[in-house]
Amino acid sequence: MSRVSVPCHVKGTVALQVGDVRTSQGRPGVLVIDVTFPSVAPFELQEITFKNYYTAFLTIRVRQHTSTHTPAKWVTCLRDYCLMPDPHSEEGAQEYVSLFKHQMLCDMARVLELRLILRQPSPLWLSFTVEELQIYQQGPKSPSMTFPKWLSHPVPCEQSAPLLEGLPEPSRVSSEVQQMWALTEMIRASHASTRIGRFDVDGCYDLNLLSYT
Amino acid sequence: MLQEESDLSLIIAQIVQKLKGSNLYAQLERQAWASLQRPEIKLESLKEDIKEFFKISGWEKKLQNAVYSELSVFPLPSHPAAPPEHLKEPLVYMRKAQGSWEKRILKSLNSMCTELSIPLARKRPVGEQKELLNKWNEMGTDEPDLSLFRPVYAPKDFLEVLINLRNPNYENGDSLSFRTHLGLIQVPLKVKDIPELKEFFVELGLTTGQLGIDDSTQVPPELFENEHVRIGQKVLAEQDSAAAQQYIRQGSPTALRAELWALILNISSQPEDILYYEQLKTNVIQHDLLVDSLIYKDVKLTASNDDYYFVFEDYLYQVLLCFSRDTSVLGHFAYSSASPPKSYIRGKLGLEEYAVFYPPNGVIPFHGFSMYVAPLCFLYHEPSKLYQIFREMYVRFFFRLHSISSHPSLFYHLREIGAQPLRISFKWMVRAFSGYLATDQLLLLWDRILGYNSLEILAVLAAAVFAFRAVNLMEVTSLAAAEAVLADLSTLKVMPLLQIFLFATVT
Repeated sequence: MSRVSVPCHVKGTVALQVGDVRTSQGRPGVLVIDVTFPSVAPFELQEITFKNYYTAFLTIRVRQHTSTHTPAKWVTCLRDYCLMPDPHSEEGAQEYVSLFKHQMLCDMARVLELRLILRQPSPLWLSFTVEELQIYQQGPKSPSMTFPKWLSHPVPCEQSAPLLEGLPEPSRVSSEVQQMWALTEMIRASHASTRIGRFDVDGCYDLNLLSYT
Repeated sequence: MLQEESDLSLIIAQIVQKLKGSNLYAQLERQAWASLQRPEIKLESLKEDIKEFFKISGWEKKLQNAVYSELSVFPLPSHPAAPPEHLKEPLVYMRKAQGSWEKRILKSLNSMCTELSIPLARKRPVGEQKELLNKWNEMGTDEPDLSLFRPVYAPKDFLEVLINLRNPNYENGDSLSFRTHLGLIQVPLKVKDIPELKEFFVELGLTTGQLGIDDSTQVPPELFENEHVRIGQKVLAEQDSAAAQQYIRQGSPTALRAELWALILNISSQPEDILYYEQLKTNVIQHDLLVDSLIYKDVKLTASNDDYYFVFEDYLYQVLLCFSRDTSVLGHFAYSSASPPKSYIRGKLGLEEYAVFYPPNGVIPFHGFSMYVAPLCFLYHEPSKLYQIFREMYVRFFFRLHSISSHPSLFYHLREIGAQPLRISFKWMVRAFSGYLATDQLLLLWDRILGYNSLEILAVLAAAVFAFRAVNLMEVTSLAAAEAVLADLSTLKVMPLLQIFLFATVT
């Protein structure tokens, strides 16, 4: 399914912490990232991709456009999605992640704003966030052509003349020929990607020093 | 669910693409064409009849083995947005560490090149080529002056890099905790704990028969050994890779080992493979590489001095010199965290059309590298087969032993043991215990590496050795004394030690 990237504005992360940030000893374990879409009308969200950086759990809340005059409410669409199976160890810490519409708890039909709530309960890590955040909506469907009616609903042909004796049935022959043709096309299309064993350039392997780049 | 299905179809597509370039594909095609002559192949059910023919004639099994072999090395499907370096190694700081480690190696090799005024590569004059060809089977008799060459690095250099590996996002704390004093490795990677290891290595349990334990002279062979040999012969007759891999977890009978390893690694000596090896030999004759001298030096220093392996010295040259010229080894860099060194043809610096890899296989040998090959010489005597087996073992397993990666393998297990023992055991691990254990014990250990398709057993064995000699270790007061306690592993029996450590110790 095609997808189209939606330009978004990612606001700075806000740490949620009890007490004064400057004087307290510990590091925040909860961060909130707001994502707005200033130039885009409410859209249907298809996919969210990002690169994780030591976030253990992700919760996403969405604010959707409502047709009535009631103010739009925040709804949780993803709750405590686990990005790191063990928050104290590296597994999953720097992985690329995709989240799809069907994984969300609610309908993502008319998204106005997103709020990502990141949690990292382990005290081992100095910081955590998500990077390279991309939001996608559904791309345009392939243009549907309108077939002329007679193509999509062929008139049932009349019963063919009784077969001449000894000859095979024409429909069987045609299906066999089709199969053969398909096989030959397949063989022609596939070409073996052979491994080339040459390490020199035109017989010459006279080298400079090794390069560092 | 959608994600799993699309992952699966992606894996299938990639494996099909990979197999299309293989000898097996060409053979299957030829067989399919030839089978059209057969009476049971009918035009209307062509596809099904050919499939049936493949099943009966054993070709389907060969294809199954090839797919199974690809799956064993296949990296997990990655996210479409992930760049290729992420597939090699997902953690950025490890990539950087591997990059600077590689740069150090390159600098060392370059300085050796300039100091000794020896080119990295040189085309041999015709006279020298003839001479080498004549001496091919007895290169060990050569006594070139290697005194000026030094190994590019040794396992202890690699250990220093690992010890200094730091995650920049990791809390080191102002107050050094108990943990940081204990462990040398400061990287928080998830390792299997004992219950998880017990589950992973369940076939090594106390109630399952093992070669290396239940075939000792006191145990009557009717209890386990005879039946195990019989099953092994059956597995070989069926030519089933997956079954062989499962079977070998309990050890391989000596007589069947060579064939079993070849089956698991999916190596069959076809004429094309022998031709390929001969082509590599021609490459060795034509070009002289600086790394050849490193290989010579390594063999002379390690394998030639070993009581078990010195007889195979000539074989080692025949394998390792060809290995350096084999460009097909470059394929493994797609899933290794390492990258091959690059260079340019003289006078064409910076021009991409003249960029080449050096050595052609991208692997710079280090001190002890030849010990990866030496034990295999006991099993295979035909040079091209020995070569194929070694190459496959390297691109599946051994490459992980000398590159920095977060792949769940080995070093990080030893965090559980602690600091100073790691310095001693590290060199065992990098060589996969080759040269430290008695050969029959080593081969039993490598049986399990193949059976579990993982190097974790090495770390478990290292931990088991420490646990076993713990009492002696408690009494020593210096590193040198500790080394003395642990120096000699040649009398160690691997399987009982592993079994006790995993299943019989009170944790």
